[in-house]
Amino acid sequence: MEYVSPEGLRIDGRRPMEMRKLQAEIGVVAKADGSAVFEMGNTKVIAAVYGPREVQNRSQQLNDQALVRCEYSMANFSTGDRMRKPKGDRRSTEISLVIRQTMEACILTQLMPRSQIDIYVQVLQADGGTRSACINAATLALADAGIPMRDFVTSCSAGYLNSTPLLDLNYVEDSAGGPDVTIGILPKLDKVTLLQVPSDRIICQAFFMS
Amino acid sequence: MRGLQLPLTQTQKVRLQRALEKLEALSTKANSNASVTVADTIPVNYEDGFLKGHGTTELNGEVVATVCGVVERVNKLVYVRTLRARYKPEVGDIIVGRVIEVAPKRWRLDINYSQDAVLMLSSINLPDGIQRRRTAEDELNMRAIFEENDVICAEVRGFQHDGLHLQARSQKYGKLQRGQLLSIPSYLVKRRKQHWHYLDEYGIDLILGCNGFVWVGEHVETKDEMLVDQADKPDSQTSKTNDHSTSLEGQEQTYTPLETRQNICRIANAIRVLSMLGFVVTIEVVMEVVNLGVSQNMDTHEMLGSEFCVLVAEREAERRSQKKNRG
Repeated sequence: MEYVSPEGLRIDGRRPMEMRKLQAEIGVVAKADGSAVFEMGNTKVIAAVYGPREVQNRSQQLNDQALVRCEYSMANFSTGDRMRKPKGDRRSTEISLVIRQTMEACILTQLMPRSQIDIYVQVLQADGGTRSACINAATLALADAGIPMRDFVTSCSAGYLNSTPLLDLNYVEDSAGGPDVTIGILPKLDKVTLLQVPSDRIICQAFFMS
Repeated sequence: MRGLQLPLTQTQKVRLQRALEKLEALSTKANSNASVTVADTIPVNYEDGFLKGHGTTELNGEVVATVCGVVERVNKLVYVRTLRARYKPEVGDIIVGRVIEVAPKRWRLDINYSQDAVLMLSSINLPDGIQRRRTAEDELNMRAIFEENDVICAEVRGFQHDGLHLQARSQKYGKLQRGQLLSIPSYLVKRRKQHWHYLDEYGIDLILGCNGFVWVGEHVETKDEMLVDQADKPDSQTSKTNDHSTSLEGQEQTYTPLETRQNICRIANAIRVLSMLGFVVTIEVVMEVVNLGVSQNMDTHEMLGSEFCVLVAEREAERRSQKKNRG
C-alpha cells in the first residue's frame, strides 16, 4: 500500500514532517486536583491527577519521596470496533508503567514525602499515538494540579514507511507494520526521558540511517 | 473561573463577558508580567544575591520555575505562588476537617493536605472541661468525643516528626453539627484575623477554614470557659445535675427549625456561587451575595442558576470598581 504519494503527501494529506492538529484544555474534571484533555488530530485523551494525598496503602509509603501511580485505560468506544476489556490487559499495564516512569522522572517527588500522586489517563478516541498523547495530557494535568516538576514532558511518535520518515503516525500508518518510535523529551533540560521502539518492528536498518 | 457550566442565554453571556472584562480591567497590573509556567526562567539580579523559595529550582546557574504561577519577590527571596494547588498549612491556621480514623491516642483528619492531619487526645479540651492527664479510660472513650466522619474545627499546631499536628484547646473548636460542609478551592479563602462568623440575623455560624473547607451551621452558644468554671466551683453537685439536664436538653434540641435550615442553604449557595465564579470568599462578600439574593426575591435553589450567577459577577465588578475609586 502507498502511504506517501509521489507528491509527498500522506494518507490524511499531511507532509511527512507535519504533525496533526493539537488541542488542549485544562480543568475538565471538577473534582480532580488537576485535569486535562489533549487531542492530536483524532486521538483524544483525558487525564486526571489526584494528590498529593495520603498514601492509601501504608506499606507502599515512602519516607523521602512521593509515590506516583498511574492507571491507563481505553474507553470501550475509543476504537473502531468496541473493546471488550478496556483495562487490565498486558498492553495497558505496560503503557501505565511507561507513563508512570516518565512522569516520575520529571516530578520533584522529594518535595512531597509520605504522599501519593495518582494519575488516571483514559483514551477517548484512538487514532494512533495514544502513548504520546497520554504523556502530554498527564503533563498538563500535573501542571494544573500545581505539582512541582523539573520540566514539561512532551512526547511524539515517528515511523518509517515507503522509504520516508514520518512524524506523528495515525492509526493507519501505525498498523502498517513499519518501524516506529515514541520519544519523550524535556525541552528545557534538553534531555530524552522516553524512547520506545517495539522490538518486533526493528526490521529496517534504513530507519536509523536516514 | 474554570469551566463554568451553566446554560446561559445570549444576553446573559454578553453581560457575564462584560462583567469579567470589567473585573480584568480593575485587577492590578503590577504582577501581570510575572506569571511563569513550568521550566520558565525567572530573571533575578545575580550581583545582589538572592534566595530561592518555593516553586523554584536552579538549573545551569539560572533560577527556573517548577510550578505554574506568579513570581513573588520579598527582599532577596524569590518564590512562585502557584495558581492552583492543594492547601499548604501554616501554624495557627483555623481549619475544618473530617475525621477519617480513630487511632491510638489520636484522630486522623482529612484536611485537603497532602497528608492526613493528626489531632492528639492530649491536645483537645475534654468535654468535662477539667485539665488533667489523659487516662487509659479517656483513650477508650475517644469515640464518644469524635467519631469517624465527624466534622471538626481545629487549629494547626505545627509539624512534628510524624506529620501535621492540630490542636483544639478552646470551646470554640470541636465537633460541628447541624449544618453543611462545603469544599471550595483553598486559594479562595484568605488568612484573616477572624475566621469564625456569627450571623445573628440568620442565627448561623460560618467558619471559613483556611484549607478551603467551609462550615455553615446553626449557631451554637459557646460557654465562656472562665465563667463556667466559676459557676461550677461553688457547688459541684448542682453542676453535675445541670450537666445531666443539658445532655437531655441536647437530645431534644437536635431539631433545627425550618427557617434556620433555609438560611443555611441560602448562605451555602451564596458561597457555592462565589466559588463557581472564582471570587475570594470573605464574610462581607458572602453577606452581600445573600442580601442580593434576598433583594432579588430569589429562591434558594435559584441562587445556583445562571441569572443569579451573572448578577453576582456584575455586582462584584461594581463593588471592586467602587472600592478602587474610594481607595
